[in-house]
Amino acid sequence: MHRAGDGDALHLVNVAQAAEGEEFHAPGPGDFEFPPLFGDGTFFTKPMLIIVLGTLAIAGLFYLASRRAALVPAKAQFIGESVYGFVRNGIVADSIGREGRKFVPLLTTMFVFIAVMNLAGIIPVLQLPATSKIAIPLFLALISWGVFNYVGIRRHGFIGYFKNMMFPPGLPKLIYVLLAPLELFSTVIIRPITLTLRLTLNMFAGHLVLLLTILGGEYLLIEKGGVLAVASVVPFAFSIILTFFEAFVQVLQAYVFVLLSALYIAGALADEH
Amino acid sequence: MNGEINGSLNMIGYGLAAIGPGVGIGLIFAAYINGVARQPEARGVLQGIAILGFALAEALAIIGIGLAFVLG
Repeated sequence: MHRAGDGDALHLVNVAQAAEGEEFHAPGPGDFEFPPLFGDGTFFTKPMLIIVLGTLAIAGLFYLASRRAALVPAKAQFIGESVYGFVRNGIVADSIGREGRKFVPLLTTMFVFIAVMNLAGIIPVLQLPATSKIAIPLFLALISWGVFNYVGIRRHGFIGYFKNMMFPPGLPKLIYVLLAPLELFSTVIIRPITLTLRLTLNMFAGHLVLLLTILGGEYLLIEKGGVLAVASVVPFAFSIILTFFEAFVQVLQAYVFVLLSALYIAGALADEH
Repeated sequence: MNGEINGSLNMIGYGLAAIGPGVGIGLIFAAYINGVARQPEARGVLQGIAILGFALAEALAIIGIGLAFVLG
């Protein structure tokens, strides 16, 4: 049975709340949906803008770094060489070894691209890690997946590669019943999924935490006002600390993605364990 | 106002699910610090291994937060 009185009472409560100031809306997945930048019907959104700007910045940096390469490096060349050297000596040399040289350009590109896309999350005005949209990490993970399977199959042959992966020698026969499907599942299916999710959700969660502290502080300062405005110091202070923490996590995740890719390639290239 | 709480129980589930990886990551870095304290020159080698272990343990927490949102 319809009771009109309830609706009216609810309406009054809503009006009373609106007079006190808007209620706080915690940030959620909805904050990652962006409308097209140039009106309806176009497709160009903010994450796309960040990708384009980031790619241009990376291309510009490496162009400057490689143009007029000198024995005594200038500033740009020094930056380019230290990033390249970090990937070569810090990641590839330890995991793949000498024959990993030819993968260094790919892995360096991946590292710089992911790091820049992540760091867009703390660059003022942009303030969105483009990698928090799952499509970008997914394609990067597919590239990594394609590369390690390709080099593995090229090295050992199609059957040899899967035999190497699924049947490491020196185990009791019964173990293989369990081990072979698990290894196949983990290498072919789980690896690209975890690569994707680890990067996406780290950026997603980090961005949510930053949103929560900053919007919470803004809510206390502007919507509540009075005594609570003083309390907004706490969330704002946390947002500054967490921004530095995010910068660390963003570079770390780029490192982890590339490190795991290098290890997968190393595993595919390795002879029998 | 009668003490109503709105939200998704998934978040409590996620909090519980994060205990495991939290303890795991703590153990990994405890072992790393121990290793470096005993053998400071091994820091370079240990760092890569520690971060690899951290990434693998963290994947569980990350899958948890993904599911907390997806199933919400």
